[in-house]
This record gives sequence, C-alpha cells and structure tokens, in this order.
Amino acid sequence: MIRIDNLVKTFGPKRAVDGVSFSVERGEVLGFLGPNGAGKSTTMRMITGFYPPSAGKVTVGGHDVTESPLEAKRLIGYLPENAASYPDMTVRGFLEFCAEMRGMDAPARKKALARVVERCFLESVLDQSIDTLSKGYKHRTCLAQALIHDPEVLVLDEPTDGLDPNQKHEVRNLIRELGKTKAVVFSTHILEEVDAACSRAIIIDRGRIVANGTPGELRALSDVAGAVTLHAQGASEEKLATLGRVEKLNGSFRVYPADKTASAELTRAIVALADHEGWKLDALRTEEGHLDEVFRRITLPDTVKRNG
Amino acid sequence: MNLVWTIAKRELGGYFTSPVAYVFLVIFLLLAGFFTFTAGAFFERGEAGLAAFFAWHPWLYLILVPAVGMRLWSEERRAGTIELLLTMPVTTAQAIIGKFLASWLFLALALALTFPVIITANVLGDPDNGVIFTGYVGSLLLAGAYLAISCMTSAMTRNQVVAFILSVVVCLFLILVGFNPVTDLMVRWASPAFIDTVAAFSVMTHFDGFQKGVIDSRDLLFFLSVIGFALFATGAIIRGHRAG
Ligand SMILES: Nc1ncnc2c1ncn2[C@@H]1O[C@H](COP(=O)(O)OP(=O)(O)O)[C@@H](O)[C@H]1O
Ligand SMILES: [Mg+2]
Repeated sequence: MIRIDNLVKTFGPKRAVDGVSFSVERGEVLGFLGPNGAGKSTTMRMITGFYPPSAGKVTVGGHDVTESPLEAKRLIGYLPENAASYPDMTVRGFLEFCAEMRGMDAPARKKALARVVERCFLESVLDQSIDTLSKGYKHRTCLAQALIHDPEVLVLDEPTDGLDPNQKHEVRNLIRELGKTKAVVFSTHILEEVDAACSRAIIIDRGRIVANGTPGELRALSDVAGAVTLHAQGASEEKLATLGRVEKLNGSFRVYPADKTASAELTRAIVALADHEGWKLDALRTEEGHLDEVFRRITLPDTVKRNG
Repeated sequence: MNLVWTIAKRELGGYFTSPVAYVFLVIFLLLAGFFTFTAGAFFERGEAGLAAFFAWHPWLYLILVPAVGMRLWSEERRAGTIELLLTMPVTTAQAIIGKFLASWLFLALALALTFPVIITANVLGDPDNGVIFTGYVGSLLLAGAYLAISCMTSAMTRNQVVAFILSVVVCLFLILVGFNPVTDLMVRWASPAFIDTVAAFSVMTHFDGFQKGVIDSRDLLFFLSVIGFALFATGAIIRGHRAG
C-alpha cells in the first residue's frame, strides 16, 4: 500500500531524510523507530503529502503522492506529531468537520462518528470544547479524526506520546487491531511498543535506515542475543569457559556461544556439563537480546560509542 | 466547491464561538458611527447621502480588516492544524479560498449591520439609493482587497501580531499612493505621469468612483486583481514553507 523509494528531504544544507526506502502492505504494522531528530516526522509528512520530497518517490495505493495527491490523501488517515486539532471546536464539531472534508454525507457521518467515538472512548467528552480536554483526550480526538473515513492506510506520528500507561496500552491494542486489515506505519521512541504492536520495525538515524526487520530479528542484533545465563550451585567459570566466552554476573554466569544461532546446542552442553560436574542448576535461560541495547548501539553518534 | 464551503463554514463558526467576533462587530459599528456622525459631520453637511459614511472606510478598514485576517494562516501554522488541513483531500487553493470567503462573509455581515445609516439618511432626506448601493459594493470590495492582503501576510508568519502589522503597512501604502494630501506633496518632485501611474495602484483612486454611484469595470477589475494576486501569493508562500 505504501511504497517509498529513495526518499530525500533537505532543509537548506541539512539532509533531514537521506535516501529512505521501504514498503508497507495491508495487514502489516511498521514501527518507525529513531532518536529525536532522526527524520521520522519528516518522512511521515512526505508520505501524507504535507512536504513535497526533495528527491525520491512515494506512492500510496498506487498513487504517486506528488502527482495525484488527492487520490493518495483519500486513502490515508494521519495523526500528526503534536496531535493538533482546532481548540475552539467541540469534539463532535471537529469530527463532523473532518468527516465532511472526507466527502461523507450526513448519514455516513453519523455512522462514522459513532464508530470512532466508541473506538477512541470519546463518549463522555463529545460536546466539550477541545481546549478544555486533558492531553489524553485531545490525543484520542485527533486519532479519531484519522480513523473517521476508515482509511486503508494509517500514518501515526508518535500515537502514544503523552498518554498515561493505561491509555498507551489501549492505543497499542488499537493499532494492532487496525493492522490486521490496514497498512499502518507508526513512529515511536518507546521500544516496548515495537513488541507490543509491530509486525516489522525500521530504525532510522540521521535520516538513514540503520536496521530493518521483525522485532525478533532486531533483538538478535543485540550482543547478548543467543547467550545462555545460568545460576547453579557449584558452577565454576573455568569449566564453563570450555563452552564459550563467560561473563560473571552477580551470582550467575552468562555464556556466549561462538555462533549466536547455536544457543540450543549450548544449552544442552551446559545441562550435560552440570550433570557431569554435579552442579545444582537453579535457573537457566536463553537471552533473546534487548532492543534498547540494539537501539543505543546503532543510533549513538560514533564519538560517544568510542568513549563509552 | 463543497470542500471550500466546508472549510468556510468551520472558519466562520470559529468566529462566533468566541466573544471576539461580537466585540469586533460592536467596535466596528461604534467606530463607523463615530466617524460618520461626529468626525464626518453627517448632520451638518445638510446633504442627503452617505458620502461622510463611506469616505472613512479606507481608514476604518485599515485597522479592522487586518484584525480579522491576521489569524487566518498564522494560527493554523502556530497550532499545527495546517498539517491536518492540508493532508486532507483538498488543494491548497480550496483551503485558501474557503478561509478567505469565511472572513469576507464576516466582514460583509459587519457592513450589513450598518443599515441604520441608510434608514437615517432616508428619514432625514431623500438620498440617491443607487449611489448608496454602489458605495456598499465598493466598500465590500475594498474590505476584500485588504483582507486578501492580510491573508497573505498571515501566511508569512506564525505570529498574529506580526501578520497584523505587515498587513497594516501594505494596506496603508495602497491608501497613501493615491491619497490627495500625499499626491499633492509628490507634485513638487515627481512628474504628473508618474503620480498618475502610482496612484493607479491606490485603493483610494478606485474607491472614489463607487462613492459617486459609478461601477467602472476598471475599478472592479482593480479590486478583483488585488484579491486574486494576494491569494495567489498566499498559496506560493504556503507551498514555499513546505518545500523547505
Ligand atoms: N520545517 C523544517 N525546517 C528545517 N528543519 C527541519 C524542519 N522540519 C524538520 N527539520 C529538521 O529535520 C530533522 C528531522 O526532524 P524530524 O523529522 O522532526 O525528526 P523526528 O520526528 O525523528 O524527531 C531535525 O534535525 C529537524 O531539526
Ligand atoms: Mg517527530
């Protein structure tokens, strides 16, 4: 549904987005990760037709966003970064307006309004003026706007920003649910969200894609991925060192296999070793890796990496 | 076209959900009344007509129209709603025209509320209502021209006050190049041909005819061109921001 080809956006001398390519199909939720200023919002603004690309191409549902913007925009529901909405309108008035802008007639608007109000839990504030709402409600009002025309493509820029943990949880569930039938891209800098909602994630740094894969694949890039951690009475570091590099944690040991994918063999070898040596195994687990470690390692500036 | 109206409706609704619109209307009517009856010496003139009423409009609008137009785009940019608006399936032109029309309608309403002066003139004397009509047409076009300029300056900045000041400066310029006291001064150093050329760009030159009961196609064309040009420039400015 969304196809991005070598997208570039320059602001003066600065290349905010620098040759980004990816595609998202229906039924997929793509998480767009990156530190602040990485170019996430700029990319999304090009997808939604707000910024014209400096170079490269975006197509949505087969429509080139630059050449046939109206056709492309009709397919997209967009939650902008700051979740802006008109503060002097009521929630109902605002959503009515957005529905009308999407070309819906009165009966269709009524149905659409009922649907998004239920989805986004806006019932209680429907006739309240938007500037009197709490941040969470403002956010959900803008999210409701993005869903009002039941679009095939959703572009959500930091959809959980500023929400409390319960609301974050609800929004993630909603995204996952929507992702079953739509093509969804959402940006975040909260790593748990990748696991909670994405089928695939891209990490972007200084305008370039630095990693791309399923959450599992990304985690496997982590240093500890594939290592086996054990806690056993009587365990000795020298014996374990015959199986791989050993790291001593307080009270337990972590063994790194030479080959990350060989953690099953390593586990069996450790069990056999413990059995042979008569250690009492209390705990044994295979490390999946940590997203935050991967994220930090590939997005930190080179200088910080060297010193830290 | 439907979308233009949807945008205009929203914008117009925005005027009336805050007390600002009502305050504006009251101030407009008070000032119009003050200029006409006190400063314009409406009663002392002993003539039946609204010349005293219309003569002040270029000056009255100089402050009031930018006050209405200053928020049109600057506020959308400041609040970030411009991103929402322009990622909906509308063209930039539709959005600009919709917002412009809403404010113009609002100004038309303000102007319409001055109807008591027509009644007063008709009660006190026997004015030429045709001249009054063309006077209103001219006044509405004048307001439209100022408004389009305010629309343009409000697209230039996120700050409403800056938009207001820029707009006043541009509109003042369009008054002064054809304002008699100024053209009289220019006679000392400029050739008459130059003065006439410059004055052709003044709203004063083109507003005059309407007050005399004449709708000249050149005057009509002038105001419509100013509106067209300023709205076109608004579009270019908005596109310019996004191009980076
Ligand atoms: N309108 C703009 N003008 C100039 N620079 C911009 C503009 N928008 C974004 N940038 C710059 O582009 C870079 C990427 O910004 P952004 O896409 O907002 O990052 P993110 O959303 O990942 O935090 C930043 O360095 C930012 O300063
Ligand atoms: Mg951002």
